[in-house]
Amino acid sequence: MSFKCLMVRFPIHLILLSLTAAWLVPTLGLFVTSFRSPQDIFGSGWWTVFANLFDLDQFTFTNYMQVIAKEGLGRSFFNSLSISVPATLLSTFMAAMAAFGFAWMRFAGRKILFLLLIGLMVVPLQMTFIPILPIYRWLGLSGTFPGIWLAHAGYGLPLSTYLLYTSISRVPPDLLDSAAIDGASPMRIFCSIVIPISFPALASVFIFQFLWIWNDFLVALIYLGAAPKVAPVTLTVANLVTNRGQNWELLTAAAFVSMALPLLVFLSLQRHFVRGVIAGAMKG
Amino acid sequence: MIHTQRWIVWLFVGPAVFLILFFLTYPTLMTIVRSFYGKGTQIFGSTATLVGLSNWKFVFTNPTMLAALRNNALWTIVFTICTVTCGLLLAVLLDRVRYEKVVKSIIFIPAAISMVGAAVIWKFVYAYRPVDLPQIGVVNALMVACGKEPVGWLIERPWINNLALIVVGIWIWTGFCMVIFSAAYKSIPEDIIEAARTDGANEWQIFGKITLPLMTPTIAVVTTTMIVQVLKIFDIVFVMTHGAYDTEVIASRMYKEMFSFYNYGRASAIAVVLLFLIAPVMIFNIRRFTRQEEKCA
Repeated sequence: MSFKCLMVRFPIHLILLSLTAAWLVPTLGLFVTSFRSPQDIFGSGWWTVFANLFDLDQFTFTNYMQVIAKEGLGRSFFNSLSISVPATLLSTFMAAMAAFGFAWMRFAGRKILFLLLIGLMVVPLQMTFIPILPIYRWLGLSGTFPGIWLAHAGYGLPLSTYLLYTSISRVPPDLLDSAAIDGASPMRIFCSIVIPISFPALASVFIFQFLWIWNDFLVALIYLGAAPKVAPVTLTVANLVTNRGQNWELLTAAAFVSMALPLLVFLSLQRHFVRGVIAGAMKG
Repeated sequence: MIHTQRWIVWLFVGPAVFLILFFLTYPTLMTIVRSFYGKGTQIFGSTATLVGLSNWKFVFTNPTMLAALRNNALWTIVFTICTVTCGLLLAVLLDRVRYEKVVKSIIFIPAAISMVGAAVIWKFVYAYRPVDLPQIGVVNALMVACGKEPVGWLIERPWINNLALIVVGIWIWTGFCMVIFSAAYKSIPEDIIEAARTDGANEWQIFGKITLPLMTPTIAVVTTTMIVQVLKIFDIVFVMTHGAYDTEVIASRMYKEMFSFYNYGRASAIAVVLLFLIAPVMIFNIRRFTRQEEKCA
């Protein structure tokens, strides 16, 4: 590599590496701090651990044990799972059914309903809380898992249906026609042709819904509340920030627990994940 | 096309249509109506009386509301410009280096975690302690190392703290912009750029005259997505400052009217403001879809 080339390339590397550092340092700080004792956290900056990184005595799991057992984060982790898994399954399944109906069946109001769905994709959720909340109280759904499953399913449907529509409407028509001629029922066609063929799209939609619901704070705040029995990790962490604002050993460990699952999904399913996140960004 | 009885059609689309009507259409209309009624938590009960435009007057004259609108405007401008520019810059520069994949993953990770998690991460980055104590937040440690006083990043109103919050948003969303731009950039045919290079164009000319025009549709989509996201910004502000020290935004203001003051009338009016701001995007989406359908048909 010539000297001139190096001079041109150097600024590019410098910009990229400093941006990378700026993106990495905040999370690294959280991660390191979550393993330090409160005395250490307040005694010196977290970056000082790198001076003697292999002195393992300076690290501790106490913070994690405390947030999981005493601060109710363990419970919240299971609440988050009990919220996101059923809600995601429910909404992805309903969206796939509807997408199939919109793509391959003709019925009165099809066009107008689909345009409505597209328009509603970006509606701010704030528009919906006030009228729904009294109905939820009246039906006894506020503060319950079924209540939040339905809410997340409803809020996620416009985008999931639209995304699945774009892939399900591309299933080769001949395939469906020949199945219909062979006497397969619509349900049969849906389950044994449409679902397997559009599996990659279903996976992306599933991941985006799951992450969206796992990371959701607002919908849970409105419909569930922070009662330990039902609160998901996001609500519990936000409460810790309010009540234990200076206990960095707890806050950092708690935040890391709440991020662990999304990070795991990210590292293991990166390709689907990227598609899922991109899809999810369009949501209202 | 599948021909079947009507009840089977509704078996497929019915549940989704019902939930969408119940969770989105009905409440959207009802919130608009409710914004003309007074305080209280009834939708149309005895205590909710018709008050005409007074909630609307509140939204556009009350000082806290005006601060929230101003902050939202600041968020929209700074956040959108920074995420789109940084995303574009990263996409173009990363294409030229060998460690593209690693850096992309690192920049994209914040998109995976919750805004609550990001808020905790950054609250720690901004942590403030008096000058005689050891600094534990990275930013203030750097300040002190440069011989300056530590700054209360989340307290100094009205610009420093709002910008400090906006940085958190940028940190979360730049990866998203980068990934989309990168895909668009890589789909530009190599021979166009090669041809320009043979004709003697320098890298800046290629970027300005070829790359940028070809990426304009993508830039438009990413920009609108960022605007939709930033208008509804809530979690970051709510967790990091609770809207204190003049950091209130539209969505956090609405939450307070709902749950602290039990004034559903004002809260509704605030929500409708958000709807109006996002309405152009809704219309844009619908029109784009109708055009697509016409092309296919």
